[in-house]
Parts: sequence; C-alpha cells; structure tokens
Amino acid sequence: MENLTWTGSLGTILYPTLLAAAGLFAIAVVLQILTSLVVEPYRAQTLPDGRLSRRGGAIGLIERAPQYLLWALILVVLGYLVGGVVAPYGKAGIVGAISKQLTPVWIALVLTYAASIRYKRRLGLYGKLFDSTVGMIGFGIVMFWVYTAFFSSVGGMIATHDPLSQVSGLKNKLPGTAVPNATDFAMGAHYLLGGDNLARDVFSRMVLGSWEVVKIAPLATMFAFMVGITLGVPAGYYGGKLDTVLSFLANLILAFPVILLFYLLVTPEIVLTGIPSYMAAVLFLFPVLFATVFLNARFRTDPMKRNVILGVVVGAMVWAYLSLISQPGTVMNFLPAALDLFNIPPGILVVFVSVVFVNSPTVFRIVRGLTLDLSTRDYVAAAQTRGEGPWYIMLWEILPNARGPLIVDFCLRIGYTTILLGTLGFFGLGLPPESPDWGSTINEGRKLLSIYPHPALPPALALLSLVLGLNLLADGLREESLRD
Amino acid sequence: MGLFVLRRFGVMILTALCLTFVVFVLTNLEPNLEKLAKTQGNARMSDEQVETWLSNRGYHRPVAVKYGEWLGVLPGYVIEGTDGETRGRCLRGGVDPADAARFCGILQGDWGFSTVFKEDVWKIVLTRLGQTAKLMGWVMAVMVPSSLIIGVLAGMREGSKLDRSLSTVSIVTTATPEYVSGVIFITVFASSAVGLKWFNGSATSAMEDITFLNFTLPVMTVALYGMGYIARMTRASMTEVMTAQYIRTARLKGVSFRNIVLKHALRNALIAPLTTQLISDIGYVFLNPRIRIS
Repeated sequence: MENLTWTGSLGTILYPTLLAAAGLFAIAVVLQILTSLVVEPYRAQTLPDGRLSRRGGAIGLIERAPQYLLWALILVVLGYLVGGVVAPYGKAGIVGAISKQLTPVWIALVLTYAASIRYKRRLGLYGKLFDSTVGMIGFGIVMFWVYTAFFSSVGGMIATHDPLSQVSGLKNKLPGTAVPNATDFAMGAHYLLGGDNLARDVFSRMVLGSWEVVKIAPLATMFAFMVGITLGVPAGYYGGKLDTVLSFLANLILAFPVILLFYLLVTPEIVLTGIPSYMAAVLFLFPVLFATVFLNARFRTDPMKRNVILGVVVGAMVWAYLSLISQPGTVMNFLPAALDLFNIPPGILVVFVSVVFVNSPTVFRIVRGLTLDLSTRDYVAAAQTRGEGPWYIMLWEILPNARGPLIVDFCLRIGYTTILLGTLGFFGLGLPPESPDWGSTINEGRKLLSIYPHPALPPALALLSLVLGLNLLADGLREESLRD
Repeated sequence: MGLFVLRRFGVMILTALCLTFVVFVLTNLEPNLEKLAKTQGNARMSDEQVETWLSNRGYHRPVAVKYGEWLGVLPGYVIEGTDGETRGRCLRGGVDPADAARFCGILQGDWGFSTVFKEDVWKIVLTRLGQTAKLMGWVMAVMVPSSLIIGVLAGMREGSKLDRSLSTVSIVTTATPEYVSGVIFITVFASSAVGLKWFNGSATSAMEDITFLNFTLPVMTVALYGMGYIARMTRASMTEVMTAQYIRTARLKGVSFRNIVLKHALRNALIAPLTTQLISDIGYVFLNPRIRIS
C-alpha cells in the first residue's frame, strides 16, 4: 500500500496554476496598496446609459488586478476541492481525500447558502447578512465547523478512524501514511493528516474536536448572557446601591487572572468540596428567573393566561434545571434517577461553570452600559407615563432595543469562549486528557513541535479559523445592523 | 480630582483584599490542606496523623484568623505541638521564640515561604516579576507602535483597499490566541524539520541573557494577540476624527492630505487608544499567563 502525496495527480496541473495565481495576487495587492498611497481615489461617474464609469489605463488595471487574481485563486482552490470529491479515492491526494470526506458538509453548506440567498429579503437581520461579503465569509466558516461537528459526532460520517484507537507503526508518521494492514484503496486506508504521539489519527481527532467546541461554547455564552442580562438591566435601570454592589462584584471577577481562577476551580480537591456544583446551582438559576420575570411582566394584566404560560414554561425549565444540577456522585444528588432527565459528565460541567462565570461580568457591564443609555429615551418615559411596571419597561422596552449590539457581542463572545476552552485544554484543566478537543491536542502536539509539527498544526489552524469566522460574522452583523 | 483618585485607590485596595481573601479561602479548603500535609509530611499518613500534622502547624484555625496573620494585622500563631516542638508563624528559620516579632505578614514585608520552591515567596515573586517585566517591556515596545501605525493607516481613508487589508490583518490577529500563534510561529520559523529555521524555539536560555534569536518568537507571539485590539480601536478613533468638521476645513483650505493626517488628525485620534486602552492593556499583559514557548 503506497502513501498518499498532498495533491496526487490532480496537483500536477493545478499546483503550478495555484503558485502562479498566488504569487501574482501577492504582487498585485502590494502594487495596489502602493499606488493607492500616491494616486488620488477615483470618483466613479454615472454614464448616460446608467452604468458607472471606471478608471482606465495602467492605474485602473492595477486597481482591478487583485480582484481578478483573487477569483482565479478561489477557482483553483475550488478545483482542488471539487476534484477531490469527484475523483476516485487517492487520485487527488490528501487534499482530495479530505474534501471527499467532507462531502456532506459541502452539500449542507451549498443548500444553506442557496436557500438563504434565495429568501434573504424575508429573513430579517439574518438575511441582511448575505448583503455583506465579510459577513458571508464569516458565516461560511462558522457553518463549516458547525456542520463538521454535527456530521462527525451525531452522524458519525467524516472521521476516518476512531479518535482514541491507536494503530501500531503510525506513531508520529507524516500526513498521508498508509495504515499497515489496509488492503483496498478506500476510506480509512491512510492517516490523512498523519499520526500523533500516541499513533492516533490527527484528522479524525481534529474533526471530532470541533464537536467539543460547538456543543459547549454557544451554550455557555448563552448562559453567560442570561446572567449578564438578568443582573445588568436592573443595575443600569435602577442605579444606586444595587448598581454599585453589582458593578463592584463584576469588577472583582474581572480583576481575577483567568488562569488562576481556572486552576482554583478545576482542581480535583475543589471539585470534591462541591464548589463548582453550588456555582452551577446559582448560575443556572438565572435563565429560570429571567423567563419567569420576562413572562410575568408581559402577561401580568391577564392572570389566567399568565398562570397557564408561566406554569408550562417555568415548570419545564425548573425540571430541566433540577435535573441539570442534580448529579449522581456529587454533593447535589437529590433527584431520583427516574425524574433526572440528563446527566452531564462532571468534567464538562466544571468547565462550563468556569466559562460562564468568567464571561458573565463582561456581559453584565455591556448590558448595564446599554441600559444606562437607553433608559433616557422617550419611549421609556412614555411607558413610565403609561404606568407600566419597571420590569416590563426593562425587559420589553429597553432590552429589545439593545439587541443589535448584544447580537454582535454574542458572536464575538462565542469566539472568546472558544479561545478560553482552548486555553483550558492547553493547560490540561477540566477536560479528560484523551479528549480530542483542540486545546488538549495542541498541548499534546506541542511537546514534539520542533521535530513533528503535523499533530499540533491542524487543531491550531482549526481553532484559528473558527474564531476568525466568528469575528468576521460579528463584523458583518455590525455593519448590517448599523445600516438601518 | 484628589478625592476621585483617593476613592479609586480605596476601591482598588478593597478589590485586592477581596481577591486575596477568596484565593486564601479556596487554597485553605479541607481537601487542599490534606493534600498539603501528605506532600509535605508523608504520603502514607493516616487521617489522625494528618490531623495532628495540620493542627501542630496552625492550619486548623478559622480562615479569617489565618488570613489576618498572613496580612499582618493579627499576631502570628505560636503553637506548642503534640510532638513537643514549638512552631510559630514568626519562628521560621530557627528564631528564638523570646525575641521573635509578634506580627509577620504582608504588611511587615514577610510574604511567607513557598513549600514548593523552598524559597521566600518575596524572592520568587521578584525574579518572576523581573522576567515578566522584561518580556512585557519588549512586547509593549513592539505592539504599541506597530498597532498604532496599522490603526492610523487603516483609519485615514475609511473603506479603501488599504483599510480593508489592514482591518483583515487585525481581525486575524485578534482571532489568534497565544497558543495558536506559538505553534504556527515555531513551525514556520523554528522547526528542525520544515520551515525557515531562523530562530530558537525555546526561550529557556532567555532567562539569563536575551538575544534576538531566542527572544523574538515569544515577544511576537504575545504581541500579536494584543495588537489587533489596539489597532481596531485606533482605526475607529481615526475614522471618527477624519470625518470631523475641522478636518474638512483644513482640506478646503488646501492642506495636503499628508499634513492633514500628521498634523491635524493624528493628535486627536491617538487620545482615546492611548489613554483608555493602553493603560488597561499594561495590566492585561501582566495578568495574562505567560505562555512559555519551549
């Protein structure tokens, strides 16, 4: 069984094209920036037939060349990916094989984009995202990882090997090495991105590591937002003593070095005392409180309806809350097993709690600032004159108007949480050591980094791209929400 | 103004007290003390032995009292142990109980003794602080000018190609935490297998003497993450200034673009990032865990 090269026979045609396009693109970008420093920007005029004029001559060419070359570059990369999907396994090398493995992700991405662009005028802020290139790129990267995570863990599709199984003879082997006893040229015959220090498949671990991020980061951020909003809105609206005390507490947590806090919270001795469980009990209470106050403020005037809605929603939430905090084997184990809906692995719960705890003070400060600003508006004064209750004004008048900055910050904060999760894994805190999450894999690959860089690079680039995608998405959302 | 500074200072001290107290409580929890006794004494101690070991050394007293002693506002303990030996907070290093000081805490300059490093905590803190200051001095020296230049160049013509490319660069840097950029830099610049092999991948030798070879990568790694934030902030402030009325006036007067940027816009644009961001950034880089690339 022979090893795979990076691009196989496909590369013989495409590789020179790629090199040429990339080189020319780099030169063109530098040229364009240099000319833009010297030459005045061009003002396009409307021609009689309704089209816009553009600059001709050498300068015009320099201005437009990067655009054309970028398209050429994208085409070549697309050629690699499509070629990999179409060509039989192994013909298109490692890149092609990876692209073939990711086929479900490509299909899902294409369907998402086609549907979203088709109906973008009816989709509100989400649809407007597709008017901005930056937002579209960011959304694409984020959705790529979301779909990868989903298909690889729930669907069991993308990974070629079990993330924990070791194949002897593949320790620290380079990308594209064939599995010793594989016979036919098919999926799983090679370690696509090489083997790590324990002879496990780097590609499968990277792909499955995305699930660790996708299942924790957004949820943890959501809880942090619940805590931040529930405390921040009244602090900003009422001000006074409440504001002083809460702000002091928030600053106190912010002044804590994050890593020290993690070390203190995650050590087994502290987990034994149950402090994380108590913190979970407090932090997870906030969504229930928020929902109760939120619905009560809205339907207070109609007690019958209020009681029904509150009974159903809050009842379900309380049940979920109780089964969330009740864990066999910890200090909080009160719910009988028949009523306990789900149990979170204790390591993940601790990580979750620490991440929520660290993130919520920042959200609190943002929400408080927004509320301070918005509570001087006329519609708040109008609501006060109407005799609305303070909670109605806070949650149904002020909060919806603060949604723009909050959505943008939500995207940024998921990225920050991803970095935080990586830090936790990197320092070996919380998550089990064999877990495929990106931080742990980077930390493991770091030890032999200068000799074998290939086990550490894929998770590092994966983390970088996901956070980058989230930042670009936030940028696109900000641009579009500022426009109206 | 004086009152404001005084109040801020008070809040700062209160915060420091609360923080140290929380850390103190968490490290003094029962399981932690048991671990301490077993690592310091004997790993196979029975529960009773752990109890006597801890109470002989004054660990089994209220946390508030221990914290007060550590702070130096309560007199240090002197306990005659069950094994006949007298131990006390101020009796370390064979000081005679008769002429030992009553208070020995932070306020008296006694930071305690690290049982892990077998050295005075104060000395450890000093050496670490020195190394951190060295690294951070270089980081600030690289990060601040480059990020300000990027921010100003991007902000002077909003929406231009230069702005777009520089903004992309700063977004990428904010998306690269230290442990990712460290991995990438080592692969590209310091790996013995691939890449350019320019620098040393290990900064261990930089503890004694700093050279360009062994210190470039750590400085670049730490500087990169902070750079994006300052650059974006500078850019925002610069674009705001460039749309101001006095810039338009200067332009109408016929001042060249170069002079507008350098003489009129720059001064006002740099106020916001320099005051707010950089000061908190100095704190941030010090708080930030040092990722030692080795």
